[in-house]
Amino acid sequence: MAVAAPARPAAADLLGVFTPEVFAAHLASQAALPSWWLERKRSAYSRFESLPMPRRTDESWRFSNIAGINLGGFSPAADAPAPGNRRAPEALAIAPAATLSFLNGRLSASTPLPADLAARGVVASAISGAIARHPGLLREHFMAQPQKLGSAKFAALHEAFIQDGAFILIPRGVEIDGPIVVVHEVSGAGAAVFPHTLVIAEDNARATVVDHFVSADLSRQFACGANDLYAGHGAKIAYAAAQCWSPEALSLQFNSTVVRRNARVQSLNLHLGGRQARHESLSQLQAPGGFSEMLAITIASGSMECDQRTLQIHQAPSTKSDLLYKNALLDRSRTIFSGLIIVDPDAQKTDAYQSNRNLMLSDEAESNSLPGLEIQANDVRCTHGATSSRIDPEQEFYLKSRGIPQKAADELLIFGFFEEVLNRLESEELHAALRKLIRAHLRR
Amino acid sequence: MSSLEIKNLHVSTGDKEIVKGVTLAINTGEIHAVMGPNGAGKSTMAKAIAGHPDYTITQGDVLLDGKSILEMESDERARAGIFLAFQYPSEIPGVSIANFLRAAIQARMSEGEEIDASGFYKRLYQKMDLLKIERTFTSRAVNEGFSGGEKKRTEILQMAMLEPRFALMDETDSGLDIDALRVVADGVNSLRGPSLGILLITHYQRLLGYIVPDFVHVMIDGCIVKSGDKTLALELESRGYDWVKKEFANA
Repeated sequence: MAVAAPARPAAADLLGVFTPEVFAAHLASQAALPSWWLERKRSAYSRFESLPMPRRTDESWRFSNIAGINLGGFSPAADAPAPGNRRAPEALAIAPAATLSFLNGRLSASTPLPADLAARGVVASAISGAIARHPGLLREHFMAQPQKLGSAKFAALHEAFIQDGAFILIPRGVEIDGPIVVVHEVSGAGAAVFPHTLVIAEDNARATVVDHFVSADLSRQFACGANDLYAGHGAKIAYAAAQCWSPEALSLQFNSTVVRRNARVQSLNLHLGGRQARHESLSQLQAPGGFSEMLAITIASGSMECDQRTLQIHQAPSTKSDLLYKNALLDRSRTIFSGLIIVDPDAQKTDAYQSNRNLMLSDEAESNSLPGLEIQANDVRCTHGATSSRIDPEQEFYLKSRGIPQKAADELLIFGFFEEVLNRLESEELHAALRKLIRAHLRR
Repeated sequence: MSSLEIKNLHVSTGDKEIVKGVTLAINTGEIHAVMGPNGAGKSTMAKAIAGHPDYTITQGDVLLDGKSILEMESDERARAGIFLAFQYPSEIPGVSIANFLRAAIQARMSEGEEIDASGFYKRLYQKMDLLKIERTFTSRAVNEGFSGGEKKRTEILQMAMLEPRFALMDETDSGLDIDALRVVADGVNSLRGPSLGILLITHYQRLLGYIVPDFVHVMIDGCIVKSGDKTLALELESRGYDWVKKEFANA
């Protein structure tokens, strides 16, 4: 159980139990894995040790509750889930092509891919198994991109302590219709997990991958996760993440998206859980014709802080990015959105959008928006904007005048607000499944 | 039979009194037209009865089957059987007409009871056909980007689906061309019957040529100054409102 944190914790307390001794024990438990992997972990751990903790004065942590990034009282999650006030997490209502379920970082269940896909070389497996089979791909794509959004220290912690994760490979030209669903579940008070999903879509491959983050109980937990999405030439990835951690959780999640020539990646992050949830998302558009669509929906309630940092980097001409992040804020919640579009000097004909919209459902809630542009090319189209608005009382009266009670009317208006984002999903099934999660969350 | 009684109703917005003591009783099966110039307080009266938060009832009462509705929230009044057809219906982005109507019907059902989806759509399509509304409208956001005529037809569609006991129709004819007016009037006439009472607010006699009222009331400066049958509307059409004002001033 968490030890009560002092008002002004010392640096050592902030790092909690992620000490060299604990790391050594973790490494010993991983001894069966190839030595290059263990070496990576060692080097990640020394980066974690040497990098400074974020400070209030860091631009990339502006408005964040730094004191909340307190790792005191957490320890790497145990194998066996602790018994106790276990809840049955709401499952995603979709029919998957394959599933991988991780409990406290260990593969606990899976449904295999259909035989024809497996025969064509599609892989949906644990990373632990892929290290020996696909070392080249892991070296090339696993945590291979720069950490530019403030959490290099925690990304190093993730790499040092990762237990296992999902390795998804769609070989050249293979197209998969049904989604591959990865469930990352954490159980037990004080448990720290390091979930990871790596998606490699080779040239002209197509797939949908869904991450579902759930807590088995309502206790204080720490999730330090990452996902790497790589779309080769002409590839198409649809990625969705439903973050449903415990309301007491601290969540740090890092996304890296690499988009090659004429490839397209759509990612949608749904944030429902966490006392403090930070999400960093980096899209690199590396070759002409690449398109990254970055979507997010947040329902912030209670005293939750949802902190989103994004970077769209256009490194090649004729690339496109389109970001739409929508937050609904209830109670005393806070949100932070800080987004930057960078257009490199030779990335002419860049088409970049960035929009953050906040629906304020409480007078005590607070939204902060920091949109930004750094454009070094001259023939580009870039727009960005942020808005904050309240529910329109005329709309509310209109709904109520039809007999719809206040709470249901507000729920309809919240859904109406999010519909612009959900509508971007191609899969009706996924759309409906996410709506269901949102509805269940609003009606808790 | 049900009754809606408006008794000595006074309504203010901010410090300004708009409705200054209206008394009117409507029974189901009846259509009452309320006519009057701009600013007479007709719309204010309708919105206040529907429970709009911007309007305060300072005096008087509104009784539905003898029971006051003034303590009820607007959604409760709606479920009790009062429907306001808006002059300017709100646009609700992202909320489809189908989902909106389902929520409204769900709100009228008891806890745990679920809508029969196929029955719902069957009824919805039937009403839409009647109002000449294309079926693709069900997935469109409520009133978003609708023409004036489409908005008014959608109001009548809601009325048809929700089956109120009393409908307050606020300038349903405004902004409609003659074809749209006919469609809307046909829709209202098809709903007309012993279980529905209508308060029809309008500037013009034109609508009353299509929806023939049982009673006509003239409202000027927050008061009903004259009541009569449908011939009163024709008289107003030919003589304007001034003679009623004079008659009222002299009385």
